[in-house]
Amino acid sequence: MSKIKPAKGSPYARILGVGGYRPTRVVPNEVILETIDSSDEWIRSRSGIATRHWASPQETVAAMSVEASGKALADAGVSPEQIGAVIVSTVSHFKQTPAIATEIAHRIGAGKPAAFDISAGCAGFGYGLTLAKGLVVEGSAEYVLVIGVERLSDLTDLEDRATAFLFGDGAGAVVVGPSDEPAIGPTVWGSEGDKSDTIKQTVPWDEYLGKDGGEKFPAITQEGQAVFRWAVFEMAKVAQQALDAAGIAADDLDVFIPHQANMRIIDSMVKTLKLPEHVTVARDVETTGNTSAASIPLAMERLLATGAAKSGDTALVIGFGAGLVYAATVVTLP
Amino acid sequence: MAATQEEIVEGLAEIVNEIAGIPPEDVAVEKSFTDDLDVDSLSMVEVVVAAEERFDVKIPDEDVKNLKTVGDAADYILKHQA
Ligand SMILES: CC(C)(COP(=O)(O)OP(=O)(O)OC[C@H]1O[C@@H](n2cnc3c(N)ncnc32)[C@H](O)[C@@H]1OP(=O)(O)O)[C@@H](O)C(=O)NCCC(=O)NCCS
Repeated sequence: MSKIKPAKGSPYARILGVGGYRPTRVVPNEVILETIDSSDEWIRSRSGIATRHWASPQETVAAMSVEASGKALADAGVSPEQIGAVIVSTVSHFKQTPAIATEIAHRIGAGKPAAFDISAGCAGFGYGLTLAKGLVVEGSAEYVLVIGVERLSDLTDLEDRATAFLFGDGAGAVVVGPSDEPAIGPTVWGSEGDKSDTIKQTVPWDEYLGKDGGEKFPAITQEGQAVFRWAVFEMAKVAQQALDAAGIAADDLDVFIPHQANMRIIDSMVKTLKLPEHVTVARDVETTGNTSAASIPLAMERLLATGAAKSGDTALVIGFGAGLVYAATVVTLP
Repeated sequence: MAATQEEIVEGLAEIVNEIAGIPPEDVAVEKSFTDDLDVDSLSMVEVVVAAEERFDVKIPDEDVKNLKTVGDAADYILKHQA
């Protein structure tokens, strides 16, 4: 039997840089109230959301990703040609083939990196980060670009009282590369397919297109209370498992960056996890809404940009959403 | 051992205090969660899950909306506790 030479990986991986892009148009709750019977007060009290960004036709999935990636590369001090793989997580890019990752890789000036899309809803960033860590450690890529990007405004039914106010658009990216020390902990992740109907697209594309018209464009719908219950109780347990797996006590944590779905979910998790006062909590949802796969890197970038968090801080990140799927890990901030 | 009606109301009072900050002495059987106790629909989900753990009952989402008052919840728990 011939001996196969393995790739030369790195002992560990870390996030080297982060970047984000928020569409220029800021949409306040007043605009949402034009299409649903609600109030600014109700929306703020149930979700904590005051404004969100909606993309213009020019702010495409690719365009937003290119902007966010450029910032992440600059932050990391890594050049586009050094990128060995590009992973894009999105549920709102409407062209299935080819993967949008290849166009993004080309537009940022990367050479010929491996490039592919994944679909893991609001856990997409954690899924992508986990893949990236594996590639770097195993040696198939030295530097990996992970992008979470969404135009959820395209999949929002503005007449649905349960979701019209929730979603926003944007892109967040990180560069993952080699490290001499552990800087991305074990991932606690999984799926609960028995709950696949709790967050979903209303109708599949083929069914929608097969109808004669007058049909509502597909949108994301959810069983709000079931999702809320799952998020605040089951996901707090997953977050705790990620801390335990990384050997980090709540006292040693500096930053908590949960998926930005709803301020009430965030508040409840903080309480259940008994996070001490000194832990900085990402509350980006107030001005960004729920941007699914983009929410964690966007929140991370903002915390670092405003000085609320600093490079080297230990952060717990957890994403959860449609699938249902989840992924949590502890990282050292870039 | 199964809890008595009185113990359940007492337990609910502690839970509501923890989640909504309402003084436990204000939580009485005739009080409505949303109208009297400042427990909105999302806080109610938290109350329900805390009650499930404490009293070893399952309260499915579809039954939650029938639990308007503290008395409704106490009766439900009394009937369904393991
Ligand atoms: C969407 C969400 C805020 C809705 O809150 P809710 O408490 O479940 O809302 P409900 O549909 O049960 O409605 C509760 C009450 O508010 C009213 N209501 C519902 N939507 C409303 C709106 N947009 N404006 C004003 N009132 C509204 C309902 O009519 C109902 O009133 P009633 O009690 O008098 O009948 C909440 O379920 C949620 O955020 N869930 C988690 C969803 C999430 O984050 N998903 C993404 C995870 S990745």
